[in-house]
Amino acid sequence: MAKYDFVIAVGGAPGQGIETAGKSISQICARYGLNVFTYTAYQSLIRGGHSFLTIRISSEPIANHGDKLDLIIALDANSVEKHLPHVSPGGALIYNSDDVRKQPERDDIQLCPISYKELTNDPDRKKIMLNVCASSVALQLVGIDLAVLEDIIVLSLSKRKGQAIVDANIAAARASYDYAAEHFTPFDVQFEKQDPPLAFGSGNMLMAMGGASAGVKFYAAYPMSPSTGILHWMAPNARDLGIIVRQCEDEISVINMVIGAAHAGCRAMCATSGGGFALMTEAIGSAGMMEIPIVVVNVQRGGPSTGLPTKTEQGDLWQVLGASQGDFPKIIVSPTSIMDGFNTIPELFNLVDKFQCPGMVITDLSLAEGHTTFAPDSINWQPKIERGELITEQGQTDGEYQRYHITDSGISPRAIPGTPGHMHVVATDDHDEDGSLISDEFTNPHIRRDIMEKRQRKMEGILEFLPPPTFEGPDDAEVTLIGWGSTHGVMSEAAQQLTEAGIATNHIHFKWLYPMDEDAINEVLAKSAYSLIVECNYTGQFARFLRGETGFKADGHIRKYDGEPFMPHHIVDGARELLNSKTDLYVPYQEIVV
Amino acid sequence: MARRARRERPIQGAPTARDFKGDVNPDWCPGCGDFSVLSALQNAYAKLGKGNHDHLTVSGIGCSSNLPGYVKTYGMHTLHGRALAVATGAKFANHELNVVVTGGDGDGYGIGGNHFIHTMRKNIDLLYIVMNNETYGLTVGQASPTTVVGEQTKSTPFGNLESPLNPVAMAIVAGATYVARAFSSERAQLSELMYNGMRHKGFAFIDVISPCVTWKKEKMKIFDYWKERVHLLEDHDTSDRASALEQAVKTGHETQLGLFYHDTSRAALDELEPVLEKGPIAHQPLGITQEQGDAIIQRMM
Repeated sequence: MAKYDFVIAVGGAPGQGIETAGKSISQICARYGLNVFTYTAYQSLIRGGHSFLTIRISSEPIANHGDKLDLIIALDANSVEKHLPHVSPGGALIYNSDDVRKQPERDDIQLCPISYKELTNDPDRKKIMLNVCASSVALQLVGIDLAVLEDIIVLSLSKRKGQAIVDANIAAARASYDYAAEHFTPFDVQFEKQDPPLAFGSGNMLMAMGGASAGVKFYAAYPMSPSTGILHWMAPNARDLGIIVRQCEDEISVINMVIGAAHAGCRAMCATSGGGFALMTEAIGSAGMMEIPIVVVNVQRGGPSTGLPTKTEQGDLWQVLGASQGDFPKIIVSPTSIMDGFNTIPELFNLVDKFQCPGMVITDLSLAEGHTTFAPDSINWQPKIERGELITEQGQTDGEYQRYHITDSGISPRAIPGTPGHMHVVATDDHDEDGSLISDEFTNPHIRRDIMEKRQRKMEGILEFLPPPTFEGPDDAEVTLIGWGSTHGVMSEAAQQLTEAGIATNHIHFKWLYPMDEDAINEVLAKSAYSLIVECNYTGQFARFLRGETGFKADGHIRKYDGEPFMPHHIVDGARELLNSKTDLYVPYQEIVV
Repeated sequence: MARRARRERPIQGAPTARDFKGDVNPDWCPGCGDFSVLSALQNAYAKLGKGNHDHLTVSGIGCSSNLPGYVKTYGMHTLHGRALAVATGAKFANHELNVVVTGGDGDGYGIGGNHFIHTMRKNIDLLYIVMNNETYGLTVGQASPTTVVGEQTKSTPFGNLESPLNPVAMAIVAGATYVARAFSSERAQLSELMYNGMRHKGFAFIDVISPCVTWKKEKMKIFDYWKERVHLLEDHDTSDRASALEQAVKTGHETQLGLFYHDTSRAALDELEPVLEKGPIAHQPLGITQEQGDAIIQRMM
C-alpha cells in the first residue's frame, strides 16, 4: 500500500461552514481508515474575521498538523489572497470564481476555480453550502468516492434542514464532483481505504471521556475558551452516564462545588483556562489543606490576562506550580497527546484519591482543540479505579476516628459524610489530628509541625508512582530535544526529520511535572547530547523549573509565543541554527498568519 | 490544649440538643449573640430526629463560621465566602444529607455575595443561617455590608458613607423559597424557624440579628438597642411575595422578625435533576459500561 502524507486546509470567514467542511473531510478520511490530525486557527468572533483549518491526512500515525499545505480550499476572496502563497509547490487551490475579482496567479500549483452560480441552482445562496461544492472537488482530486460524502450530507442535514435541502446539496455535490473530474488534474496521491475505520475526536472530548471512564460523577464549569469543549461533551452525555453537570456563576464557585462534591464522596472534576484557573487558586490550596481529592484541568491559552482567547501557549506553568499560598501536596501532569488526555484523567484520579490531594492537568489549546483519529478499540472504558483509604461504612475503624490521624505514609483514612461513627470537621484553617482548629485559640507549634510533616510525607509516596520522562531515539545522538506536554508529537517528528537529515537526534519528554524525582530525572537527562528545550512561552518556564528542580541547564532553547503551535520544521530549523551559531535562543517565524 | 479523639455517642432514644454538642467549646466573646444561635441550631437538629452523621454543617470564615466545630455533625470549615458553593457540591453528591450552612454577614453578603445570589436563584436545598452582627468581628471591627450609615468603625473612622444591604429583601427578590429574619435573643422563634427551614425543600434563608458585644460601641447594651427596634411579624401571608417584600424593607425601629416568604410550589434543583433519581451519586458505582462507551465511540465514527 502506498504511503502518503497529505494536508488539506480550509480558509474562510466564521459562519461559512469551515468547521462543517473540515469535519466532513476528516470524518470521510476516518471512515477510510486514514490517520487525521487537525488544527484550527481562529479568532474570538462569532461572525466575521477569518478561520483556517488544517487537516493532515496520512497513511501512517501522526500527532501534529505537519509542515505543508497540499490543497487549500478558499471559501472567500480574502482566503484566496491570504493563502495563495501558502500552497506547497505542486499543490492546488480551490476557490469560488464568482467572488474573486482578480484571478490568483501562481504557475507552480494547480488553480481550481469553481463557479457556485454555474454548479448550483441557488442564486440566493440559501439552500446549499459553498463548502459542500468545494469539499466535493477536493475529494475528487484525492480519489475519494463521492458516496461517502453523500452519506455524511444525509446524516448531518436531514434532521435539521429537511429532504429538499438534502437533495439540493447532493445534486450540488455531484455537479461539483463531475466538474472537477472534467476540468482538473487529480493528485498523484490517491487515498485508499485502509482497515479498520477510525473514530475522530478532540483533546477536550477525550479528556471528558477519560473523566467519564474514571467515574467522574460531578463536573462543574464556567465557560472559558479553550476548555469549553469539555463542558460541551459532559452536558449532553451527563444524563446517560449518571453525571451531574453544573454551570456556575464563576470559577470560584466551580472549584468550591467540586470540593464539596468530592468531600461528600464523588469523583469530581472541573476545567478552565488560565484566567479561570487564577480564580480557583485559593480553593486548590483548601483542597490541599482539607485533604480532598479533586482534578482541575487548565487548558492554557495565550496570556497574560485575557490574552489570546483562541490561541495556544504553554505559559501557565508557574501559575499552576504556584497555585495557592503555602506548601501542600499536589500532583501536576501534562498529557503528551490527545489520546494521552484520555488516559491521564483516570491515572490522576487514582493518585489523588490515594493521596487525598488536588491534581492539576496542564494542557493547551493545541491539544484540547486539536482533533485526531483513533482506533475504536484503543479506548479502555474500564480503567483501573482505586479510591485509596476511603471509609464509607460503619465499622471500618475500631471506634476511635481521627480524620487527620498521623501515619507514616501521611495518608489518613478518609470518611465521607453520612457514614455513621466517623464525624469530623474538615477545615481550611490548620488543624490537629481530629480536625480541631489550631489556628487561633489553640495555636500550638508542635502540632503544626507534626500535621505539616504528615501532609508533606504524602509527596514521597506520590513520587514512587510517577514515571520518569520518556526517552526516544538513538542513545548516541548529536542533539537532544527536551519538552513537556502537548508538544510531544511535533517534537518527535522534528527529531526524526533531523535524524534522517544526518543530525542524529533523540527526545526526552515530560508528562508528570510535579513532584519531580531529581535523581530519576537526572539519570535520563544524563543521556542528553547538545540539549535544546522546546516550549511555547517567552521566558522558558519549563527550562527554569527543570533547572531549579534538578540543576540541569540546557544548551539552547527553542521558544514560540506568537499563539500558533509549533510545526515540525520550526524545531528542525531551530536545531540547525543553534548548532551552527553561538546564540542559545531560537524563535521560529510563523509563516501562516490568520 | 490536648483534646480527645472524636467518637460518636450513639443517641439513646429521641435525640436532644445535648446530643449535638460538639467536642470543642466555642471561642466566642462572652455575651456574643452566636451562643444562642448555636443552641437554637442544636435544638433544631435534635427536633429533626436524625442521626448526627446525617447532617453536614458547612461554614466559611469569620467568628460565626467557627460554628461547625461546636456541633456534633459532619462539618466543613471552608474558605471565606465559599461555604454556599461547597455546600451545593456536597448536596448534589449526596442529597440525602441535611446540609446547613452557617456564617456571618461579611462572609455571606460581602466576599460571598455572588454565591449568595446564585444559590438562591437556583433554589438549592440548603438551610443558610447568617449571624448578622453588622461588623467584621474576627478582623477586629471594620464596616461590613450591613453596617448602618454614619457608624464609626476601624475602617470608617469618620462614619460609614455606604448604605447597608437588606439581605431579607434581597433573598425574596433573588429567588429564595423560605426567607426569615430572627434575633438571637428570641431563641425559641429562631429554633422553630431553623427546624422548619431544614424541613423546607429548597433554599431556606434566615438572617439572624446576632449582636457583637465587642466591636459595637454599645457593648452589652447592643441587645437593648435591638430589642427597641424589632417586632414580631404579625398577620402576614407568607405565600404573598409582594407583601413579604413590603415587610422586609422595613428597617431601623420598624425591623420585622419572623417568616416573610415561603414558597412550596417551586422544586429544589436536586428534585429537577433526573440523574439523582437513582439515589445519591456518591453511592453510585463508578465509571461507565462498555455498552455506554461503545455508543459514544459510534457517534465519533
